[in-house]
Amino acid sequence: MPYVNGLRCRECHREYPAAALHVCEWCFGPLEVVYDYEAVAASISREKIAAGPLSIWRYADLLPASAEGAVSLGAGFTPLVRADRLGAELGLGELWIKNDTLNPTGSFKDRVVSVALTKAQELGFKVAACASTGNLANSVAAHAAHAGMESVVFIPSNLEAGKVVTTAVFGGRLIAVDGNYDDVNRLCAELAGEHPSWAFVNVNVRTYYAEGSKTLAFEIAEQLGWQAPDHVVVPVASGSQLTKVAKGFKELWQVGLLDEEPHVKVSGAQATGCSPVASAFAAGRNVVKPVKPDTIAKSLAIGNPADGSYAIDAVRSSGGGFGSVTDEEIVDAIRLLARTEGIFAETAGGVTIASLIQLANAGVVGSGERVVALVTGNGLKTIDAVAPYCGPTATIAPTLDAFAAAVDIPTEA
Amino acid sequence: MAVTIRIPTQLRPLAGGNATVQVEAGTVGSALADLEAAHPGFSERIFDDNGELRRFVNVFVADEDIRFLEGLDTPVADKSTLSIIPAVAGG
Repeated sequence: MPYVNGLRCRECHREYPAAALHVCEWCFGPLEVVYDYEAVAASISREKIAAGPLSIWRYADLLPASAEGAVSLGAGFTPLVRADRLGAELGLGELWIKNDTLNPTGSFKDRVVSVALTKAQELGFKVAACASTGNLANSVAAHAAHAGMESVVFIPSNLEAGKVVTTAVFGGRLIAVDGNYDDVNRLCAELAGEHPSWAFVNVNVRTYYAEGSKTLAFEIAEQLGWQAPDHVVVPVASGSQLTKVAKGFKELWQVGLLDEEPHVKVSGAQATGCSPVASAFAAGRNVVKPVKPDTIAKSLAIGNPADGSYAIDAVRSSGGGFGSVTDEEIVDAIRLLARTEGIFAETAGGVTIASLIQLANAGVVGSGERVVALVTGNGLKTIDAVAPYCGPTATIAPTLDAFAAAVDIPTEA
Repeated sequence: MAVTIRIPTQLRPLAGGNATVQVEAGTVGSALADLEAAHPGFSERIFDDNGELRRFVNVFVADEDIRFLEGLDTPVADKSTLSIIPAVAGG
C-alpha cells in the first residue's frame, strides 16, 4: 500500500481522507496528496527502483496508488536523449530531450492516466471519464479498454481528426461538445457532481492523476545518474505538469535519492494564442486572467488553467521564465527538432522547443546549464500542423534520367 | 428576474441538499446575495475576506464565465441559469 496519509487543501490546509475528492469543501482550493515521507525514505532506494518495472511504477513508493494491480500499458521510462545538434543550433552546451512521445498512446498523459485509473479501481470506480484536448482522450480510452472499464470521453468538437480517430478506436463513448476545451471542462465539472460513480480523471480523481507527472522528474534524475538538471522547460496548459515536475525533484531530495539538494530552474512554455499563465508571469502577477484560446497548439489550449498560479509560483521561485510563441514559431520548432534530432513532436512539443529558443536568446536559459526540454506528445497526432510544409522532395517517373533531372545529389568522391 | 442557481455538490448541504435554488435578482451579485439570505452560509464559502469571489470559484451565466462579462455586476435575464462551479478541474 502506498505511503499516503490523506489529502490536504493547498490553500486553507484543511485535511481530508484519501477518497475521490479534488477540491476543498470549504474554500474550493485544490487538494494535494500528503505522503509519509519518512516511511517512503525508509522503503525507497536507487537499487529498488532499478530492479522495478521499466515504467512509472518503478517509483510506486512516491505515487498515490499501489503498483500491484496497476492499470498499465507501460507508460513511462521514455528515452532521455542527448540533443547535441539542436543544442549547437541554440548555443546550448548540454541539452537533453525527454522524449515522451514514446508512451503507449503517444503522450505524457499515459503517466497521469495510469495513476488515475489505478486509484479509480482501488476506490471502486467502474467508469473512466475525462475532459480532454485530445491526448488525454486517447489515453483514457486506451487504459479503460485495457482495464475493462467503461469510458466516457468529452472533447471539443473542433479537435484534430487524428485525435478523434485515435480515441474512438478504443471503443468507449466519445462525446464531441460544441465549444472549446474550457466549455468541455466546465461541463465535466458539473457532470462529475451528477455522476459520482464516474471517475473523471481530471476532475474528481485529479488529485491522484496529477501526481503521475512527477515521474517525469524522477526519470530525468535517474537517467542523469541520479542528478537533477539545472533547468527544465515544460509546456503549460493547466500548469499541473510543470508544478508536479518541480515537486518531483524536491521529493527525490526529501527521500534521500539525490546526493545534492537540487536547484532546478523551471521554465514554462505557452503559445501566444493561449498564454494566460505566461502573460500573468510577464506582468508580475500571480492571478491568472482567463483567455479565449486561438492557437494550433490545441493540446495546450486551456484558457482557464486550474494550476496557473501554482505554475507561476514554481517558475518564479526557481528563477525560471516563460516563453510565449507564435503558431509560426511552433511549426518552425517542430521542424527544427525533427531535422536536428530525429524526434517528431506534436504542436505542444513545438511550443516547448520554440520557447526554449526564446528563453536561450533572452539568457534565461544559460549556455552552460544542463537543460532538459520536455517533448510530451507525438507529431503523428497533429500532422496537419506541418503538412503544408512537408512533402516529397520531387515526384518523378521511375527512370534514372528523371531522378537525375529532379534531384541534385553531389557525385560520390 | 427569476433566476435558477445551480449549486455544486460541495455546497448542497447549505441548500438542504438541493441542486438548484430559485432567486429573484437583476445581477449576479444580487442573485448571490439573495442566495445567502435564503440559505445563510454561502457567502463565506464563495467569497474571500475582501468580498471578491474566491480564486477557485467560477460563476457562469448562460454558460459564460462572468469574468468575461461584468463580474458580479453582470445582468441576469429572466429565467436564466447561474452556475457556481469549482475552478479546479482539467488539464
